[in-house]
Order: sequence, then structure tokens, then C-alpha cells
Amino acid sequence: MDEFMLIFRHEDGNKVASPEQIQIWMKQTMDWIGSISAKNKFIGGNGLLFQDARVVRHNNIVTNGPFGEIKETIGGYIMVKADTIEEAVAFAKGSPVLQGDGNTVEVRKIAQRDGIH
Amino acid sequence: MGEPELIPHLFRTEYRKIVSVLGKLFGIGQIEIAEDICSDTFLTAAQSWGINGLPPNPTAWLYRVAKNKAINYLRRERLFESKISPALRKDHAHFQEEDIDLSLQNINDSQLQMMFAICHPSISPESQVGLSLRLLCGFGIEEIAEAFLTNRETIYKRLLRAREKLREEKISIELPPPKEIHKRLEMVIMTIYLLFNEGYYSLSQNSTLRKDFCLEAMRLCYMLVENPSTNEPAVNALLALMCFHASRFEARESKSGEPVLYDEQDTSLWNADLISRGAYFLHCASNGDEISTYHLEANIAYWSTQKTDSREKWETVLELYDRLLQIKYSPVAALNRTFALYKVVGAPLAIQEAEKLNLTHNPFYFSLLGELYTNIDKDKAVENFQKALVLLSSDFGKQVIQRKLEKLGHLS
Repeated sequence: MDEFMLIFRHEDGNKVASPEQIQIWMKQTMDWIGSISAKNKFIGGNGLLFQDARVVRHNNIVTNGPFGEIKETIGGYIMVKADTIEEAVAFAKGSPVLQGDGNTVEVRKIAQRDGIH
Repeated sequence: MGEPELIPHLFRTEYRKIVSVLGKLFGIGQIEIAEDICSDTFLTAAQSWGINGLPPNPTAWLYRVAKNKAINYLRRERLFESKISPALRKDHAHFQEEDIDLSLQNINDSQLQMMFAICHPSISPESQVGLSLRLLCGFGIEEIAEAFLTNRETIYKRLLRAREKLREEKISIELPPPKEIHKRLEMVIMTIYLLFNEGYYSLSQNSTLRKDFCLEAMRLCYMLVENPSTNEPAVNALLALMCFHASRFEARESKSGEPVLYDEQDTSLWNADLISRGAYFLHCASNGDEISTYHLEANIAYWSTQKTDSREKWETVLELYDRLLQIKYSPVAALNRTFALYKVVGAPLAIQEAEKLNLTHNPFYFSLLGELYTNIDKDKAVENFQKALVLLSSDFGKQVIQRKLEKLGHLS
């Protein structure tokens, strides 16, 4: 079985939604993760805060950010176990993040520690 | 209480105390000698009390006799060491006879220290439970074998290996240093949790014994709560969990000893006192940032003490299972989560989720699906219940499914 990372890209929820709406999203996210966990396929995950973010660039230039294209910002990730990329994609399709137009969930296979990667 | 019932009763309450104190004194390497002296003390009691009648204070009598036997043993050992075989000196601790201290304080301290010694990471959880039942709870090999649905020899060998391991590892009977307590406590409470489950979910027919296991687990946990150095949030959460479960002891079994399903229980038999104690310990458990699996399970167990079918209840329970599964997956939790999901979103969606669990070796997977299909597709319900029937091993479980099939108009 392989491991995949599901990377969420979306806007800062605090800027586009009320605390009540965020509460609803949180709950939906919990249920979504719960449904993956119930299949014993959940490994772990985290949300990333939008406040106080920096990007360190070439020559150690530090900028606020990474807010180039707002919907392209990484807001969090989870890691799952799946037999195929299709199975991982099926998990991703359930993510509440995708309710937002323009938001994405990127599905990437995690490199095994096999000495090649 | 007359003499015939008194000795087994005292064995249950006093054996573990004497064995902890003597074991602590002799060291883990000689724990069997401590056990032998204890057993011998009770044998002497049975003989002497049978002939001479009960002493005025049986417990004090037991302590005195155990102490004398320990002193005699030590004298013989010393004689052997000094006169007969100075070259074969044993390296066990040398201590004074007056060190045999059977005061309440020392009994409690020794039991707590013994708990940490037994629940040592070097021995398997299964052996820890076995040794705890023997040394901390005073259950006989016979009783332990009955609860585990196995024979005497298996348990005897398991305990023997566990003791050998403790000896090899030179585990000392003491509390870990303060820095390590938190880590080591995890193992101790896991053993208590397994001990409780062994009683609560055992298939053994002996319901008194099963209940005793649960009460012993609660007593051990309470000892941890009472001691400031081990009174951690997770310990309180575990005690809360056990109180909530134990509150249904009287209701979950009929007068004839048959199990009674949760939905069919007479709630007036639920023990309100234990429920409120559970709530108290759950409150104590919220002292701190830590949310352990015991916290989540205790919260779920709290909701089981509320029979009302409110939306709030099932939404909360669903969320608790979501979080529990993230930390610790188990098929039971996955199935229970799906049941909570059904209560929140209804059968059609829950069936979709349930079928993805694919726990096709688990009878409860099929009985859950049967349940979910009952009002949607009778044929599928029957099909799933029949699959559950094939996989179930207990007679009671089979009867429950048979009844459900009959309700669906399907006579097997």
C-alpha cells in the first residue's frame, strides 16, 4: 500500500466566511477525515495558518506571503494510505475544501525511503 | 460472614496487599516466594480457623501469620547463607525483620509500586493483565483461566514467563522517577483498561467473576487518582469511562443471566450514582490540554448514559468517533462511527459509507448493514443478517440476529 499526501489550496477562510461558516467547514472536515480513518487509511495531517507567514527566497530575501495567487495558497494537508492513485483521488473528492470555486486538492504520492528518492 | 465465605473474601482483599508488601521487600526476583508465603498463610488460616474458630480480628491475624512466615523464611535463608554456603550468597536485599510493615500506608505504596513493576514495557500487555489479576487483584489461576476462556496450564505458563522476564530485566518495585511517570503511566492505564474490558466484554458465563474484574480495574485506577504523582487527566478519564460502563451492570443482564441488549435495557436499573461519579471524574479529566483516547471514549460512554435520541447527541458522538479513529483505529470504533453517522445523515448515505469499510470477516459489519438496510431493502437486510449469523460464535449473538430475521418475516 502506498502513502499519499492530499494538499489543500484555498483562500484564507477567515477572510471569506463567518465564524459560523468556518465552524461548519471544520465539522465537515472532521467527518471527512473520520470517514477515511474508519477505513484505517488515515495517517495524519495539519492545517497551516495564514497569519504570520513568510517566504524565504534566493539570497535569503524574506517576503510576506506566500500570497501570490490567493487561491493557490496551501492551507493544509493530510496523509492517507491507498492502494492506487485513483483510491487517493476518491478520498480527495470528499474534501469540503472543494466546495469553494477555484480551490484544489493536489494528490501526490509520498516517496518511499528506498534510497532512490 | 461465616468462616466458609470469609476466607475467599479475605483472600480477594488481603492477598494482594500482603504479596505487594512482601514482594517489594524481597524484590521482583523472589516474587514467587512472596506468593508462596501468602498462599501458605491462607492455608494455615483455613486449617486453624476450622479447628479453633474465627480469631477476633481475622485480617490482623493474617498479617501476623504472614509476617511470622516471612521472618522464618528469612532466618532460614540467613542461616543457609552464613553457615552452610557462604560461597553461594544470594544477592537479594538484606533487611531487618521489623521492615515487614503491613501498615495501610505501606500497603498502598507497595501496591502502587507493584503496579508500575508489573506494567513494564518489557513484558507483553497480555502478560501484564495476567500478572495484575494475580498479584494486584488476588485472582486464582483457575479464575483467570476461566475469564480468558483457556486452561490452567496456559495461564500458569504465561505468568511463569512474565515473572522470568521481570527477573531477567531486574525490574525494581518502585515508582519511576517523576520525569518518567507520565510515559510509564500510559502502560499502567492501558493494562487497567484491558483488565476492565476483559471483564466487561468477556464471553465467560461467570458473570460474578466478570463483574469482579471490572471492579478491580476501577479500584486500581482509583488508587492512581488518589496519589498526587499519578493523578493525571488520562487516569481520571479512564476512571470516568469505567464508571459510565459499570453503571449498566444490573441492566445488561437478565435475572436468568442472559445478556440484555442496550436498547432493551430497563433504564431504571442504571446506576445513577456511578453515572454522576463518572461525570465528576470526567470533569477532573478536563484539567489540562491533553485529550487522550480515554477522554474521547469516556465522552462517548457519557452519551451512552443518555438514552434520548437527540440530534445533538449523535452529532457529538459522530465527532468523537471521528477523532478517536484518527488516533486509534479499531474495527469496533469504525462500525460504531458508521452507526452514529446513520443517526445523523440517515440510512442511505450511511450504507454507502458502511460498504466501503469492507470488514467482511467481522459479524458486526454485516449486522450493522442488515440494520441499515432494514427499512430500505428487505432482501439485502436478510442477506446481511444471514452473513452475520455464519460468522457469529456466541449463542446470544445468534439469537439476536435470529430475532431480527423473524421480524423481517424471514424464518430460518
